[in-house]
Amino acid sequence: MAESFSFDGKDLEVIRKILSRYPHKEAAILPVLWYAQDKFGHTSPDVQHLVARTLDVPEAHIHGVVSFYTQFYEKPMGRHVLDVCTCLSCQVCGGYDMLSYIEDKLGIRAGETTPDGQFSLQSVECLGACGYAPMLQVTNKQYVNHLTPEKIDRLIDDLKAGIEPSFESMPPKQHEKDNRLS
Amino acid sequence: MTDDWKTYKPLLLPDLPGLTDIETYEKYEGYHALKTVLDNPDTWSPEEVVLQVKDANIRGRGGAGFNAGLKWSFMPPPDGKPRYLACNGDESEPGTFKDRKIFEFNPHLFIEGAIIAAYAIRAEQIYVYIRGEYRAWVRILQKAVDQAYQKGYLGKNILGADFNADMTLHMGAGAYICGEESSLMESLEGKRGYPRVKPPFPAQRGLWGRPTTINNIETLANVPLVIRNGSEWYRRIGAETHPGPILYGISGHINKPGVYEYPSGMSVHTLIHEVAGGIRKGKKLKALIPGGSSTPPLRADVLDGLTMDSDSLRKAGSMMGTAGMVILDEDTDMVDVVWRISHFYHHESCGQCTPCREGTGWLEKTLRKIRNGDGEMRDLDLLLAICNRMEGRTICALADAAAWPVRYSIERFRDEFEAKCKQTVYALS
Repeated sequence: MAESFSFDGKDLEVIRKILSRYPHKEAAILPVLWYAQDKFGHTSPDVQHLVARTLDVPEAHIHGVVSFYTQFYEKPMGRHVLDVCTCLSCQVCGGYDMLSYIEDKLGIRAGETTPDGQFSLQSVECLGACGYAPMLQVTNKQYVNHLTPEKIDRLIDDLKAGIEPSFESMPPKQHEKDNRLS
Repeated sequence: MTDDWKTYKPLLLPDLPGLTDIETYEKYEGYHALKTVLDNPDTWSPEEVVLQVKDANIRGRGGAGFNAGLKWSFMPPPDGKPRYLACNGDESEPGTFKDRKIFEFNPHLFIEGAIIAAYAIRAEQIYVYIRGEYRAWVRILQKAVDQAYQKGYLGKNILGADFNADMTLHMGAGAYICGEESSLMESLEGKRGYPRVKPPFPAQRGLWGRPTTINNIETLANVPLVIRNGSEWYRRIGAETHPGPILYGISGHINKPGVYEYPSGMSVHTLIHEVAGGIRKGKKLKALIPGGSSTPPLRADVLDGLTMDSDSLRKAGSMMGTAGMVILDEDTDMVDVVWRISHFYHHESCGQCTPCREGTGWLEKTLRKIRNGDGEMRDLDLLLAICNRMEGRTICALADAAAWPVRYSIERFRDEFEAKCKQTVYALS
C-alpha cells in the first residue's frame, strides 16, 4: 500500500482521553474510528490496521465493526458525500425525485462518485428528519432540509466553492405564534 | 381529558428561548428536582425515587411503552461493583425525529433526568448512545454536559452529596438495530451491533456483564417533572393508562409537519387536522402509521374516536410506538410504501437470525415484484407465510417490526395489493 497512515502525539492524546471514559479499551473502537475517519476521510483497511495497532485489538475485529456500520467508509469517497434519504416520509414527500435530480445533475447514479472525485451520492435509510422531508445529509455532517431542485443547485454550487452548509435549526412550530413568553 | 389542548403549556419543550444555556435553565427551576433529591436523602432515598417514578407510570417513549420506574426496580441490590445507565438516543425508527428536539432545545432537562435515574438505580456511569448521523446534536448536548460538569451537577460528590455520576456521549455509526437495547450495549462495547439473547436481561447482565438500565431520551426527560410535581400530578396529564406529555412527530402528507408536544391521548383527528394543519393540498386521508414504521398502518375509516395512547391504538389494531405519526393521503400507493418499509428492514437486519436475515429479503423481493407489476395473487399468500415464519422466531423484535407492516397492510389494503397483482399478465395464476 502506497499511502501510510499514522496518529501523531496530539491524536494519541485525544485517544487517551477517549479511553479514560470506558472500563474496557474495546469501547473506544467506535469513537476512535470516527476520529480516524475525520482525520483521513475514510476507514479503509490501512486505517483499520492503524486503529487495531493503536488500541491493541485484533484487526479482524476492527474490520468486523467497520463493515457493520454504514457511516464508516471502507474505501475513499468523494470530497462531499450526499446522503439522500428515501425512506418512508421522505419517500412519500419526493425523496426519490430529489435523488434522480441529483443523479442527472452530477451524471452519476446512487452509489457512485463523480470522475473528478468531488461528489459521492448515496440513497440512505431514515435520518430522523421526517418532518422536514425530503432531505439529505452532507458527508456525515449537516442536514439540508425541505429539498427542492433550486435548493440542490445552490447546495452543489456552494460545495464546489468550498462552502459547507450551516446547521439548520428547526424550532417547534407550536411556538410559532405571537404569544412568545406571554 | 385533552379537550383543553389549546391552552396546554409544553413541559418538555417549553416556549422559553435559550434553555440550552444552563443558567437560563436554572432560572426556570432547572436542576431543582436533582437538588431536592440530593438535599433530602431521607425523604428521597433511591428506593423512594424509583417508587415515585413507578407510581407516575412513565411509559417508555422509545416504542415499547414499559413503565420506566418498574424497569428501574429490576436492578439488583448494589454489590460495590460498577452499574450503568445507558440512555438511548439512537432514534432510527422511520417516522421518528423527537429526541433530537430535546437535545437541541432542552438538553438539561434530559441530563437532569438521567442524573436522577442514575441516583435511583445507584449507577455512577451514564452513557448516552446517539446515532452517528446526529453529529450536530451531539455537539449541542456535549456543550450542555460540559456546563453541567462545571456547575457540579456531574462529577464527584454532586452538590455535596455522597453521589458521583459521569456522563459520556457515545456516537453510533449508522445502524438501526443499535436502538434495540441489547444491540446498543454490544455497540457501546465496541462490537458489531448483534442483539443478545434474553434472559439474562440488562438489569441482570448488561454493559460489560454488569447491571444496566436502558431508557429512552424522552422517557428520562419526564423524570424531573415527576420529582418536581409528584406522581399524582403527572398521572393527571393525558390518558389514564399512558399518562404524561408526548412528543408527537408528524410527517408525510401533512400541511405543517413537525414535532408537537401535547398530553398523551390526543385525538388522532385533532392532531392531524387542527394541530398539524390538515392533509396537504386538501386531499383526503388514506392511512395513518401511528408510531413509526413498525407499527401497523391504520385505514382512515377506523380513526374516528381514536386517541394516541397504547390502549386506544391497541384496540384499533396498532401500537403507540414512538408516536412518530406518518400521514398518507388518498393518492398514496400502499404497495410502494410497504415495499420501501421492507427495503428498510432488509437493509437493517443484522443477519444474526435466519428467519429475519432471509425473511426480510424475501419480503422485499416479493413486494418489489408486485410493485413492479409482475406480481401474482399467490404472492400475497407467500408474503403472509413469510410473516408467519418470522414473527416471534428471532432474538430481537426486528423481524416482528418488519413483518407487521406487511401483514397488516395486506389485511387492511388488500384491494390495492390484489389490483396490482391483477394488472399483470400472470393475473389468472
